[in-house]
Amino acid sequence: MAARKSERLLNLLITLLVSRSYVTKERIRSVVEQYRDAGDEAFEKMFERDKDELRSLGVPIEVGHISRAFEDEPGYRIERSAFELPEIDLEPDEAAVIGLAARVWQHAGLASATSDALVKLKAAGVSVDRAALDTVAPQLTVSEPSFESLWAAVQDRTPVTFAYRTASSADVTQRHLQPWGVASSRGRWYVVGLDTDRGAPRVFRLSRVVGEVRATDGPGSYAVPEGTDVHALTASLAPAPAEHVARLRVRPGSALGLRRQAAASGELVEGWERLEVAYGRLEAIADEILGYGAGVVVDEPEELRSLVLERLRAVVGTGTGAGKGERR
Amino acid sequence: MSGARDQVARMLALVPYLQSRDEVALEQAAADFGVRPAQIVKDLKVLWFCGLPGLGMGDLIDIDMDALQGDGVIRLSNADYLTRPLRLGSSEASALVVALRALREGGDESVRPVVDRALAKLETAVGEGAAVAGQVDLHLPPTDVRVDAVRSELERAVAEGRQVRLGYYVPARDEATDRVVDPLGLIGAEGHTYLDAWCHTAEDRRLFRLDRVSAVEVLAGPAEAHPDLPARDLSEGIFSPSPGDTLAQMLLAPAARWVAEYYPVESAEEAGEGSLRVRLRVGDPAWLTRLVLRLGGDAVVEEPAHLAASVQRAADSALGNYP
Repeated sequence: MAARKSERLLNLLITLLVSRSYVTKERIRSVVEQYRDAGDEAFEKMFERDKDELRSLGVPIEVGHISRAFEDEPGYRIERSAFELPEIDLEPDEAAVIGLAARVWQHAGLASATSDALVKLKAAGVSVDRAALDTVAPQLTVSEPSFESLWAAVQDRTPVTFAYRTASSADVTQRHLQPWGVASSRGRWYVVGLDTDRGAPRVFRLSRVVGEVRATDGPGSYAVPEGTDVHALTASLAPAPAEHVARLRVRPGSALGLRRQAAASGELVEGWERLEVAYGRLEAIADEILGYGAGVVVDEPEELRSLVLERLRAVVGTGTGAGKGERR
Repeated sequence: MSGARDQVARMLALVPYLQSRDEVALEQAAADFGVRPAQIVKDLKVLWFCGLPGLGMGDLIDIDMDALQGDGVIRLSNADYLTRPLRLGSSEASALVVALRALREGGDESVRPVVDRALAKLETAVGEGAAVAGQVDLHLPPTDVRVDAVRSELERAVAEGRQVRLGYYVPARDEATDRVVDPLGLIGAEGHTYLDAWCHTAEDRRLFRLDRVSAVEVLAGPAEAHPDLPARDLSEGIFSPSPGDTLAQMLLAPAARWVAEYYPVESAEEAGEGSLRVRLRVGDPAWLTRLVLRLGGDAVVEEPAHLAASVQRAADSALGNYP
């Protein structure tokens, strides 16, 4: 019966929590009703399992020694300061953002971990009123099956191995990693850590992990090097800051995707409108411009103009039989 | 038995929760804990048998069962030793802290200082548990703020069952469209959020990617019911080619291999020197032309000939713009 077991676990917890000193097993057995009624062997088994179960909930059960006349006897207690959530005094708007945070994770495990945290804060007297805040929450979506095991591996520092596929080849290779952290960029998740095959830090895209992630050793079996900066290691994943400007001409009614980033002049010169678009990476803006075909012309900068030209010629080259196989 | 474990976890929060409030309506407690009222009643019946060690009945936790059964109100007392909840575990703390950081990065500018204050207090209270959150990094693009505003309007329309007028950009045809849709639901996939809806312009079911929505107007009229539409199956990815679409064959150079990863292909075979030959369904020829132009020579349409020819025409005409 779950109810009987819950009752026993809670009574054990209270016994250990209210005692100032370590409580002997004998004493525990005498005060918790279900232990008292059990046989010796059944009690031992039950007690061991119950301790494990409470610990798995995060209850800090300490083991110490009680000096008796002849020998030391083990005893148990729960140190209140390690058990209790410290005082947290939140203003109503702070409580409201915490309530909003509960809607961010679009992943069952993390959403429920967030709700559990929220329940504890409510238990600490925090009133969470989401309505007090008129804003929308961003969402962290997780669709990669390997996320959960890698997230857990990062948390408890478990070295892992997985099969990994790269973008540019068909090969799947077995990789070994000491995960240091995870990163989310544009809706995709990455894991960064020490690639022990390469002996250097590497970033892996979770959607390219094939199959299961397996632990190769126990939790805590490596240390994340002091001063590791996950943000810096994964900085290349962030879109480059748009610090360059491309001067373009666009046909009326075309290149709408580009127009969403910048306003066109509206003025027609020989059937073209002028458009200035800020961009980060040269290759990325070139790809985008290429997609609009004859609808867009690059005037400046020269490096963008020549890249677009070169790639258009490459497309034409692929059509002329002779040019087949020619690559930029 | 995980039932007991979950129950103990909940009771450890329930006891301080109830003691920090004089009395709480059963419905309210159930809502705050995200469980059914009957579950809270079960928890209380267990708590009734818990208390200080020993034999005295007076040391048990006191619950006013008359108030509970009569008025649906919970009053709990005689549990002074459990006035604070258990500390946050590291998985709880990191999930919450990372969610707050996402709010900070991707949320409205005005909430940023509030989130910072909340984070500082939380980090003090949870201590080491929050340290793990430093191992999580979020690069949220700024455009997400706009998408979030669109999403919140669409969520409202879905919840209220109202029709929506959408301004929507169709990249395959480089076209701005205006349409009225019956929203069916929001779906997250491949890093984007989509509106699943019945489009009255297309007279068909369509997916609309939220970052391509330029305007949303929730209309007064109710959305039409579409009970015959099955739940969307996304197990094969977000692009669901129809069997009637043209089958195209392309040769992808190593730099363009991502295409096979991103779009559903019917077949893919190695073609030597790192190249990949794929066959895929093409619903809209304009889409394929744009894709191949973007790939700038790294992809070659091998079949059918008319698609290969339209790519060539598009490239020729673009080149013609340059002297």
